[in-house]
Amino acid sequence: MSSANARNVGIVIVSHSPKIAEGAADMVRQMVGSAVPLAWTGGDVDGGLGTNVAGILEAIETAWSPAGVAVLVDLGGAETNSEMAVEMLAEDRRARVVVCNAPVVEGAVIAATESSGGSSLAAVKRSAEEFYA
Amino acid sequence: MHDAHASRAGETSVPLTASAVLVNKVGLHARPSVKLTQCAKKFVAKIELALAEDGPWTDAKSPVKVMRVKAPQGATLHFRVAGADGEAALAAMLALVHDGFGEV
Repeated sequence: MSSANARNVGIVIVSHSPKIAEGAADMVRQMVGSAVPLAWTGGDVDGGLGTNVAGILEAIETAWSPAGVAVLVDLGGAETNSEMAVEMLAEDRRARVVVCNAPVVEGAVIAATESSGGSSLAAVKRSAEEFYA
Repeated sequence: MHDAHASRAGETSVPLTASAVLVNKVGLHARPSVKLTQCAKKFVAKIELALAEDGPWTDAKSPVKVMRVKAPQGATLHFRVAGADGEAALAAMLALVHDGFGEV
């Protein structure tokens, strides 16, 4: 992830399943390239299916970009835990992290594609959310 | 075009068009769509594509819209570009399609 461009919006993938999260990240890397800061997290603290706030915070930290971070989530807890993680960020960072209303795999690829072209956080979110438009 | 760009737009206000046949096996599926939009985003020109000469036109900078075109192998992709770097943009789009997005 060291080759990622600090100008580009970071992408965080949050799934109940670490395999899905990692697999989605693999798709992003292979299809979009390495210009985009990217991190994934999945599973609860005991290694089972689920999500955890600490893991999400760490992923946001890893994918952090001054341009902001777009978070892609799968179901229920992934979304609420992501929102909780955003709430826990320092105030100056909070406004630069958005949870997208988009399918996790497709949304991650599209968000990263948009980000790789240097688009703003708002444009990255809008593009990912086009799937439900 | 806005008035501020009128002097530049004077030369490029007429859109450039060209077409190319999709040669890669799977057509304009996910990966080629990503490559195409990434390439399109490098230019300031407005870039659109269509499966027919008279449209409907799709924004080539939108990965979701480009994937929805579902252009199969053998389809002719029509491009319409307008803007200061339109010529270079059109050449880049055509090169990408001719090369089968690097996956033929």
